[in-house]
Amino acid sequence: MKQLLAFIKKEFYHVFRDRRTLLILFGMPIVQIILFGFALSSEVKNIGIAVLDNARDVHTQQIIGKISSGYYFRVKQPALNFQELEQRFRAGEIECAVVFPEKFASDLYKPGGAHIQVIADASDPNTATTVINYLNSIIGNYEQELNPLRKLSYRIVPEIRMLYNEEQNGSLNFIPGVIALIFMIVSTALTSVAVVREKELGTMEILLVSPFRPIMVLIAKAVPYLVLSLVDFIIILLLAVFLLNVEIRGSLVLIFAESILFIITCLSMGLLISNLTGSQQTAMMISMMGMMLPTLILTGFMFPLENMPKVFQILSYIVPSKYYYSIIKSVMLKGLGFSYVWKETLILVIMATGLLTLALRKFNVRL
Amino acid sequence: MKKNYSNEDLHSEQGATISGQQQKAIVCNGLTKQFGSFRAVDNISFDVNEGEIFGFLGANGAGKTTAMRILCGLSYPTSGEATVAGFDVYKQQERIKKNIGYMSQKFSLYDNLTLLENIEFYGGVYGVSRSEIKIRSSDLISTLGLQKEAHKLVSELPLGWKQKLAFSVAIFHRPKIVFLDEPTGGVDPVTRRQFWDMIYEAAANGITVFVTTHYMDEAEYCNRISVMVDGRVEALDTPANLKKQYKTNSMNDVFYELARGAKRADN
Repeated sequence: MKQLLAFIKKEFYHVFRDRRTLLILFGMPIVQIILFGFALSSEVKNIGIAVLDNARDVHTQQIIGKISSGYYFRVKQPALNFQELEQRFRAGEIECAVVFPEKFASDLYKPGGAHIQVIADASDPNTATTVINYLNSIIGNYEQELNPLRKLSYRIVPEIRMLYNEEQNGSLNFIPGVIALIFMIVSTALTSVAVVREKELGTMEILLVSPFRPIMVLIAKAVPYLVLSLVDFIIILLLAVFLLNVEIRGSLVLIFAESILFIITCLSMGLLISNLTGSQQTAMMISMMGMMLPTLILTGFMFPLENMPKVFQILSYIVPSKYYYSIIKSVMLKGLGFSYVWKETLILVIMATGLLTLALRKFNVRL
Repeated sequence: MKKNYSNEDLHSEQGATISGQQQKAIVCNGLTKQFGSFRAVDNISFDVNEGEIFGFLGANGAGKTTAMRILCGLSYPTSGEATVAGFDVYKQQERIKKNIGYMSQKFSLYDNLTLLENIEFYGGVYGVSRSEIKIRSSDLISTLGLQKEAHKLVSELPLGWKQKLAFSVAIFHRPKIVFLDEPTGGVDPVTRRQFWDMIYEAAANGITVFVTTHYMDEAEYCNRISVMVDGRVEALDTPANLKKQYKTNSMNDVFYELARGAKRADN
């Protein structure tokens, strides 16, 4: 036990004396939260919109008036035809367009309802989704005004043309994503590098020749990064609550317990990686490519999984962060209890156990 | 492959101090290590006396490292017997590890720890008590004349000093035997000489020194040397006797004469 403490103390010396590690540990989470929270906010304002109004009646004028009244849209010059719309989309002048058919007013009274075409530039899918949602609610509002008693059969059916991203991204979903990413960086990348550095330096042989047990070497390496991951976790939570005014709805105890479980999964991965390679650079590369990239892409926090090719959707099932992301989203943002996340928790437990067993078994006692 | 040693553990503590005139620090008897069809260590037998400086020579790939790994308790032999500090290499690896020190050609201290922190860490890993670490480390620092540097990071020390410090750390827990794997690689001749003074001092204090080297002048400093060729010990005697036997007055020639017959290439 005393030996282990001496070892852990040494690990902390390493961490606190390495500026790069410190920067990754404490700079990264703060920068990421601020970036995702403010710079990459999915609330959109001042969207350029053009109207192709083939009807030019009272209804279309009122709808256009409603669109321009808020601060979300800037209504540009009306377009004359589709070709012009397309050109202006290409030029980046407008990000969305609304097309009214010729017989809009008369269609309103017909059983099938009137159709409006809403076109959005979905090269930025998140913005496009938000834009469409705004327009939908404006049109829905107008429909209600027309039909306060819900007796008449006025109906406007917006036909939405979007290339992808049908999931409505709430602006706070990035927080669990960032947490998962930070755990990956601290627990997987930094841990694997810390172990491999000893191999590179040659100090690993000294440790293996010493009476200190090899498994204890792994534990001594893992404990500091577990602690540091939790410190990062608390920093992110504090930033989320006090800077971004996020309301944590679910149980804090559950959130912490699930996080520790995920950290252990990440640590096991880090230890496994460190067993597979002998150089810090390779360890870093494997962590980055093999762990962090999937976390970014395949958890669903930046890009919606539903619209990816089937292969990637299937691939995403083996990415542990996907489950952690969904757990934290459910508990922290939706306030759900353990009964809603037990399946994901079970999967994480199985993954952690598997990875840890593999890491310990692979740990070779070689010079 | 492992043999059955019953009740061995009961007697192990006395193992190192069997009554007798010339006690053996290391005993190897027909030690063999086989990797598939490759015999890295081929039936080697030798004894190392307590307090002796034993040179373990051989070209790269001759099997020195494999043999040393077995003696340090890092791997099991395929067959044969060996005891280190009286402990069996099959059954008592943990005991062996407690009683040996180890230093390799790779620099083995932590650069971003201070001298004292390095000493504290290794002392701690070997289970030396905190008060004892304090006493011994201040002794060590003053013997090495490094009082001013004690709180500096090791990275600020010149290489020669680092190697001397690494050796001091390797024997900090007062092991019975210290294994030195090419300890003076890349060190200048003056520092090497000083380094060997330290080795002599350790031997005088009763620590058995088991050292590998490629420097033949260093081989001359050893009490006895063995030369490994293709996994076998081809020669074992004092440097003087070996030179006589091979009718030459330099260890270089002895080594060359022996290693020339080697069939194994590097690695």
